[in-house]
Amino acid sequence: MLTYTIQPKGLVSPGINTCQGCMIDVIFRNVLDILGEDTALVIPPGCAAQFSGCGPESAITVPGIQGNLENSAAIAAGIAAGFRFQGNDHTQVVAIAGDGGTVDIGLQSLSGAMERNDNILYICYDNQAYMNTGIQGSSSTPYAASTTTTPAGKPVGSKDLIRIVMAHNVPYAATASVSHLPDLRKKVKKAKEIKGCRVLHILSPCPTGWGYPSAKTVEIARKAVDSGAWVLLEYENGKVTLGRKPAALGDVAEYMSMQKRFAGIGEDAVATAAKNVTDRYAYLEKLAQIG
Amino acid sequence: MPIKMFDGNGAAVEAIRLARPGVIAAYPITPQSSIAEHLADEVAEGKIKAEYVRVESEHSAMSVCVGAQLTGVRVATATASVGLALMHEVCGVTAGVRLPIVMPVVNRSLVAPWSLWCDHSDTMAERDTGWLQFYCANVQEILDLQLCAYRISEHEDVLTPSMVCFDGFYLSHSMQRVDTPTDEEAWDFVGPYVRKNMYIDTKDVMFVNDLCPTDEHTEMKYQQMMGFEAAREVVPQVFAEYGKRFGRKLYTVEKYMLDDAEIAVVAIGSMAGTGKYVVNELREKGIKAGLLRICMFRPFPEEEIREALKNIPVIGVVDRSSGLGGAQAPVCTEVKAALLGTDAKVFGFVGGIAGRDISDGSFRKIFGELEEIREGTRQKVTRWFDAREDAMTIREVETC
Repeated sequence: MLTYTIQPKGLVSPGINTCQGCMIDVIFRNVLDILGEDTALVIPPGCAAQFSGCGPESAITVPGIQGNLENSAAIAAGIAAGFRFQGNDHTQVVAIAGDGGTVDIGLQSLSGAMERNDNILYICYDNQAYMNTGIQGSSSTPYAASTTTTPAGKPVGSKDLIRIVMAHNVPYAATASVSHLPDLRKKVKKAKEIKGCRVLHILSPCPTGWGYPSAKTVEIARKAVDSGAWVLLEYENGKVTLGRKPAALGDVAEYMSMQKRFAGIGEDAVATAAKNVTDRYAYLEKLAQIG
Repeated sequence: MPIKMFDGNGAAVEAIRLARPGVIAAYPITPQSSIAEHLADEVAEGKIKAEYVRVESEHSAMSVCVGAQLTGVRVATATASVGLALMHEVCGVTAGVRLPIVMPVVNRSLVAPWSLWCDHSDTMAERDTGWLQFYCANVQEILDLQLCAYRISEHEDVLTPSMVCFDGFYLSHSMQRVDTPTDEEAWDFVGPYVRKNMYIDTKDVMFVNDLCPTDEHTEMKYQQMMGFEAAREVVPQVFAEYGKRFGRKLYTVEKYMLDDAEIAVVAIGSMAGTGKYVVNELREKGIKAGLLRICMFRPFPEEEIREALKNIPVIGVVDRSSGLGGAQAPVCTEVKAALLGTDAKVFGFVGGIAGRDISDGSFRKIFGELEEIREGTRQKVTRWFDAREDAMTIREVETC
């Protein structure tokens, strides 16, 4: 039985212990605002575990479980199967995991859930490293970014989650960014109305890990979208739809210069990063032109 | 009561069917595979009305089970060997959030080297994960113990999951006659699953398994420990009720010819039948041999074992896992602890690894050495009683 020490306005308590400038808080509030009380959550260890709570206190007013790092999709699939057996096909079962829990250790169980088309909504908030444990590199860490396990800059690019998701032919997938909240809300709403395995991949810059002033999160996220370093798109019924074309496609130099994780990298590396961005965008454009 | 023919895996599937699970998640692994297959068949044919989640790994199998049972339905899965090892992390979650899942485990050796065959290294590695463990001696017991395990695990004072362990191939693929309760009789005994304590319900909200600070974690473990203590009371009650209903006796420990025994062997699993055969043989020769079979390993029945073995001067314990680096292998370590303070001489034996048969000859050798100890003509036993003499030279690679 839930008892309130603080009455929240929505389904998330005020005053979460996320870092200053972190917008996972905003993601949770917007997602739960749209999904409503008829929702069950799976949250693995990571930054989002701030919402699971500690001891007998939780920061959210919907039920859930903190799973292991690698099995968010499988636990969610189990909850959905349990509900379905009991005739409940209305409760939204949602896994909210970071990039490490998704593209690294959680990819196998997510792949299983996507292949089976389990009736879950899987949300990856992507801050591009293991931020909660101290900024260790993940397979979502971009090329040249310095982390505590890539101190000289990551020599390879990031794993392309949304393309992996699309390869599973899920009914709905989309990317979003904390800089574009109306777009994010629209995509959550759409995902809510669809049955089967839905995946949202949300860019969530991390002031602590990326090295920028905490007031700049939205600006940084917007720069990522405007430069094409983060591409907004939707994948529905096998069709890719790109968001508005980036205003300054490939112009990543300023975006990178705003972040200490790219401090000291040479012009060659910036050029390589720019080429990676434009090449990927060209590929996605071709995908969007199909059918 | 109907008599049916089942192999061990078939008996496990029948027990699962009788318990009417709502969600099944299984991943195939030798020698468990026919459980995963037959459960899928039963669901496809409508004999089990459940959601079957065809998972991509054992880790996900147990994860699906955790999620599903938290919504208030009984779940089913089964595994073996490295599959259980992969599940290990989530087995701890199951136990810690007090989900009374009952899982057949078909015992098979852990890698390396690869083996498809039976020993207990898989389940012994899970002995401190927080699950009850029962070890079956024959196919009938697989059905019996599994039905009882639902009642034991789901008892409100226990709320602890169960592994029903049985020897790969020796039991999993051995066709035997099984007295099988009717669907109605079994359902009357097992009953519907009622969620307790931790669950996921949008109308009664809680967040399960969040970070637990140090000022409560010890107490959460204490509660689990008390679940095991409660099981010591609940297991005999459930076994007695099962015996009354279905006419079969189940044991935490089974005593065979122990009352006047001067030498005894402690066995576990399917090897016990062969051991009893050799006890009979020795008795005909006038040697006072006996055997104790451990059927329940968690909670460990130390008082029953101490009582059963109290007047026996020489005791051997046969482990079907190597217990590498330990003072003894797992079963012997615990038996020795149970007998602390008695005058018994206790000797550990290790054998039957990765499907090596523990034959009548094996037991003759073991009992023979114990008898020589008793007579005073021998000081030490051959701990690895069935290891080849050329153990240190096989697969030897010369380096230059």
